[in-house]
Amino acid sequence: MGLMSYGIFFAVILLTLYITYWAAKQTRTASEFYTAGGSLTGWQNGMAIAGDYLSAASFLGIAGAISLNGFDGFYYSVGWLTAYLVVLFLIAEPLRNLGKYTMADMIGSRFGAKKVRGAAALNTITIVLFYMLAQLVGAGALIKLLFGIDYWISVLIVGVMMMIYVLFGGMTATSWVQIIKAILLMIGTIVISFLVLMKFNFNFVGMFDVMRTATPHGESFLHSGVVYKDPIGLISVLLALVLGTAGLPHILMRFFTVKDAKTARSSVVYAVWIIGIFYVMTIFLGFGAAKFVGADAIIAENSAGNMAAPMLAGVLGGDMLESFVAAVAFATILAVVAGLVLSGASAIAHDIYAQIIKKGKVTEKQQVKAARYAAIGVSVVSILLALGSEKLNVAFLVSLAFCIAASANVPTILFTIYWRKFNTTGAVASMLTGLITALVLVAVSPNVINPVEGAAFFVGEPLFPFVNPAIISIPAGFIAAIIGTYVGAKRMEAEEVAYAEVRFKAEAGYRGLEGQAPN
Amino acid sequence: MTMKVKKADRPVKREMQRRSDGLLDYERLIETEEFKQLVRKKKRFMMPYVIAFFAIYLLLPILTGYTSILETRAIGWMTWTWVYAFGMFIMVWVFTQIYVKKSREFDSDVEHLLEKHVRK
Repeated sequence: MGLMSYGIFFAVILLTLYITYWAAKQTRTASEFYTAGGSLTGWQNGMAIAGDYLSAASFLGIAGAISLNGFDGFYYSVGWLTAYLVVLFLIAEPLRNLGKYTMADMIGSRFGAKKVRGAAALNTITIVLFYMLAQLVGAGALIKLLFGIDYWISVLIVGVMMMIYVLFGGMTATSWVQIIKAILLMIGTIVISFLVLMKFNFNFVGMFDVMRTATPHGESFLHSGVVYKDPIGLISVLLALVLGTAGLPHILMRFFTVKDAKTARSSVVYAVWIIGIFYVMTIFLGFGAAKFVGADAIIAENSAGNMAAPMLAGVLGGDMLESFVAAVAFATILAVVAGLVLSGASAIAHDIYAQIIKKGKVTEKQQVKAARYAAIGVSVVSILLALGSEKLNVAFLVSLAFCIAASANVPTILFTIYWRKFNTTGAVASMLTGLITALVLVAVSPNVINPVEGAAFFVGEPLFPFVNPAIISIPAGFIAAIIGTYVGAKRMEAEEVAYAEVRFKAEAGYRGLEGQAPN
Repeated sequence: MTMKVKKADRPVKREMQRRSDGLLDYERLIETEEFKQLVRKKKRFMMPYVIAFFAIYLLLPILTGYTSILETRAIGWMTWTWVYAFGMFIMVWVFTQIYVKKSREFDSDVEHLLEKHVRK
């Protein structure tokens, strides 16, 4: 790729650095650092949610999956969009009403015990690390392919950029990087979709007829079952997709960047439209790549199909469009990893340091300082992990992150808001059981132990048959919450806020004098 | 201009909230007729939608995994599998708009509740 791609690439870097410089001047307090002072409007936060959510897995991953596997790739689009109904109906508004900076704040608004906050912070850090690793490894591979730069330099570039955004610009810079990325991503995807449709003579239905014979799968390309031959395995994946979003800490954190529950609601609405329109267009990306690039060429470039979208852009719009799409992919990854660094840093600096260790007795200055150190720490650890994981299969890291979020966080979040009897023991039991079940089952799944040599870390028969353990680990999280609650029912737990207060605040959004929930 | 109005408002409002918040009796508040009615109304509205979207969502893998009825052609070669999936998109957008519309009603109920019992 020529000068053009470098030009666009550096334009993205310079623009985001300028935003960071501007944002740094208004990032002084902890609230400004973690939540941009709650100053975002509904559409701004809606765009930022879309920018935070549509990761490389959505843009590069789904396009590749549809192009190689037909309808089975489209399950991701359906699941990841439907997930927002869970967020909108059950979680967004109570979360905004009860929380302050982090997901753990919201749970902590009812269960003040250190172990509850500690478990929530542990889940956040685990999810962030898996998700981040997937993004960084993907980014390294992408930049390496596009610019011929070594993997380790690519990881370093992305890693340093994300650290700069968060370190200096906090949530304000992160939000605007995400907003710009969402705009770039939508433009790029709309242009490709338009060109693909033009190639099909704007005959949407006729496109399916063409696809029936365009791929090695033949008619199966249009049906479910190319990848997911086992219905239970399929249901397991779909459960993780639809429930995981509601437990992703970097997405939940976005709801604290707006001033109230009404704005949180309107930001979900904007996000649902943007994300939905994007996911509809993944059909054009996938079909277009399958038809005009071809499965053989896509697999030759990357066996998971991750390069399908940029390659399609090259075929349809030449070097210029390919460069633009490559830059979009780069911006996509930057925006997501910045959000992840911020939520990881908030779990360490706010939940663990300020709330658990210092018991909330920290000055504004100390909080911001701790947050910045934590941002550096999270960035450095993820860069080091990513440097050693070049050969890791990134798709499974993302699905694992969704699975942990759905199993370890969602039961506790829902019960904290809606179940009167729920208590400290139940919360801790649920969070840890969900986390451990998901991790252990993945460790003995075909992702790790596979009879096909080279497909996973070890060769052998997996002890657990499904790629995604959600169908076991999500019920495990819920059941542990219920058992824990009954076991701990007679125990008097310190720092538990009466359910009446939580229920009232969750519904009415009334917080009293401090304007924030108690911690 | 709006800024100025807000600033002038703030001290008065804050004082009121501070005083009443210290005395807020949440046990009593959630027993008020207004709150109970709000929760009842919300539940009655939301439950059918939540059950519906989970059921419709999980029916897709059950139909594609255990049967082949969605593999027949619907419109041209666009099979029912795709029509179902597109239907899910429509469902998400429609449910979202319904929720937003209904929420405005709940907002005014909350406002009424706060006016009556909290911001005395």
